[in-house]
Amino acid sequence: MDGKSKPKVAVWKFASCDGCQLSLLDCEDQLLAVSREIEIAHFPEASRAVVKGPYDLSLVEGSITTPHDAERIHKIRRSSKFLVSIGACATAGGIQALRNFKDVNEFVSIVYATPDYIDTLQKSTPIADHIKVDFELRGCPIDKMQLIEVISAFINGRKPNTPTHSTCIECKRRGTVCVMVAQGTMCMGPVTHAGCGALCPTYNRGCYGCFGPQETTNTDSLSSQLKKLGADNDEIVRVFRGFNAYAEPFRRESELHDKKNH
Amino acid sequence: MTKKTIKVDYLARVEGEGGLYIKMKDDAVVDVKLKIFEPPRFFEGFLRGRDFKEASDITARICGICPVAYQMSAVHAMENALGVKVDAPLRELRRLLYCGEWIESHTLHIYLLHAPDFLGYPDAIQMAKDHKEIVERGLKLKKAGNQIVSFLGGREIHPVNVRVGGFYKVFSKRDFEPLIEALKWARDAALNTVRWTAKLPFPKFEQDYEFVALHHPEEYPFNEGRIVSNRGLDIDCSEYEEHFQETHVEHSNALHSHLKERGAYFVGPMARYNLNFDQLSPMAREAALEAGLQKECRNPFKSIIIRSVETLYACDEALRVLESYEKPERPYVPVEPREATGFACTEAPRGILYHHYRLDNQGKILDAKIVPPTSQNQKTIEDDLRKFVPQYIHLSQEELTWQCEQAIRNYDPCISCATHFLKLDIERT
Repeated sequence: MDGKSKPKVAVWKFASCDGCQLSLLDCEDQLLAVSREIEIAHFPEASRAVVKGPYDLSLVEGSITTPHDAERIHKIRRSSKFLVSIGACATAGGIQALRNFKDVNEFVSIVYATPDYIDTLQKSTPIADHIKVDFELRGCPIDKMQLIEVISAFINGRKPNTPTHSTCIECKRRGTVCVMVAQGTMCMGPVTHAGCGALCPTYNRGCYGCFGPQETTNTDSLSSQLKKLGADNDEIVRVFRGFNAYAEPFRRESELHDKKNH
Repeated sequence: MTKKTIKVDYLARVEGEGGLYIKMKDDAVVDVKLKIFEPPRFFEGFLRGRDFKEASDITARICGICPVAYQMSAVHAMENALGVKVDAPLRELRRLLYCGEWIESHTLHIYLLHAPDFLGYPDAIQMAKDHKEIVERGLKLKKAGNQIVSFLGGREIHPVNVRVGGFYKVFSKRDFEPLIEALKWARDAALNTVRWTAKLPFPKFEQDYEFVALHHPEEYPFNEGRIVSNRGLDIDCSEYEEHFQETHVEHSNALHSHLKERGAYFVGPMARYNLNFDQLSPMAREAALEAGLQKECRNPFKSIIIRSVETLYACDEALRVLESYEKPERPYVPVEPREATGFACTEAPRGILYHHYRLDNQGKILDAKIVPPTSQNQKTIEDDLRKFVPQYIHLSQEELTWQCEQAIRNYDPCISCATHFLKLDIERT
């Protein structure tokens, strides 16, 4: 493949921790091979060279939290053939969406002495709330092999092969003993999207929902189970208000229990 | 009167987004602002009301490059509050995990972010076209660090195995065997990295800094030690806020930190090295001296050599931990909540990371304060540029701009930590 015909890939950052785009640089065994197949046209964390758009594939990390970013994302959409949002911030608003349940001005004044300098939106929202997104890759952080799969799928014009079942199924496949049944440990596995390989139960702890809600969830049933294990409303609220707190099924469930609190 | 404007829209190869503005009048610098407009995420705000056990996983999300540092500062601050001391073997495992993060983070910066500046490439991928073996060595070395974090922690980014009191799961000696092989290779590669970086071309630029780092008499600092400086500071972590102050300036969403008595200070690998040379392993000390470093280094451009020395140390230390490793009797020490206040400072790859929490009797967080390394270095970065630019004013606009970017990258700034977007404006009038 000659240089000119390589697909142009761009990486963009919004409010985030940088971890999901770092996943690309963490592909130590694949990075040089991948860079032979694609042109990394815009990736400021890795390169000071910038190639102008349009881009064949844009990977977007982070959530929208400022008026400026709410405009910037539309420009990126216009210059991208395909656009994939990567990670919990971009697909659900991230941990910073915890502000959505409170008055953001209260947070500003806790952290900053001169709140007037801070220009922020009331809510932290996922990319798909602002523009059409071609694919959402879940995770906090994303799984790097799934990222390679997504890049390779879009470059080759096919659908990414990333499972949409629950983390529970991943545990069964690995043969990990259920931490909730066997040890009474609270676990979000039954309602959480697959992708991590059911990491937490393998490390003797309950899943805490990094990959967000799976397609059809029964959050109500999980809450009943958590209650049986001794969780009060306050704890159930915290369980659903993690890194994907503003994803619809988790948000609904936490608000239900928050109301019961008051 | 000369009139000139230099403008670069994006400072690349740093973590997060920020900008730089330099204003010049008759070849004299009149204003330098490291602008940080990374959108604020208000961690200290939404930590309020969370359980003390959640702080390590939540604060890890401040930074995808050094999540272990956040987890370590958080768990140590909680243990400080709740009067818990972890068992010695667990303490060793925490050192091992930190070694992994230093190797991964330092190697990312040495090979992928900083070296391309010295050799004149926009990025490591372009650099690989002419220096394939070097870039491959860097990637493999980085991978060795990530192997430690992903094995012991569960995954490279936002590991899942750290908890207040220790770990969720501990491993047998045998489980670690594959890591030992990888680390032996990595230690050789790190030694070659020291030798390679020592030959890079360095601008003459020595400054009189106040270096601040942790210091422990018996070990190179990760999780424990007093906060010391080369100008007489010697305090416990709990006294941090009596000596350091954060101020909010308009051009940055990251608070600026300074020493109340003396102003700007310098944290990170160069500060640690200067204050803890004797605590390095013999192999790391020898490699440093052989590379032409003295016991003290005041040229921030040479931080790339020091990062390499620390990477070598981290490989050596990881091997020491693994070779003397015995599986801990219990994975964690039980912890009971109580009304308390706790403090901790640990050495993130980029320098000291301070956490302070106040808890109620149920273990709910009432207040949190976090000071990341990059916000502590902001003023020093600005000071460097103020002094650096006049020395190199003869350079072309493009060369000077690139040199300024490199001077910023000396600090491996993590703007995501400090708050994101570096935009460089040099205005000459």
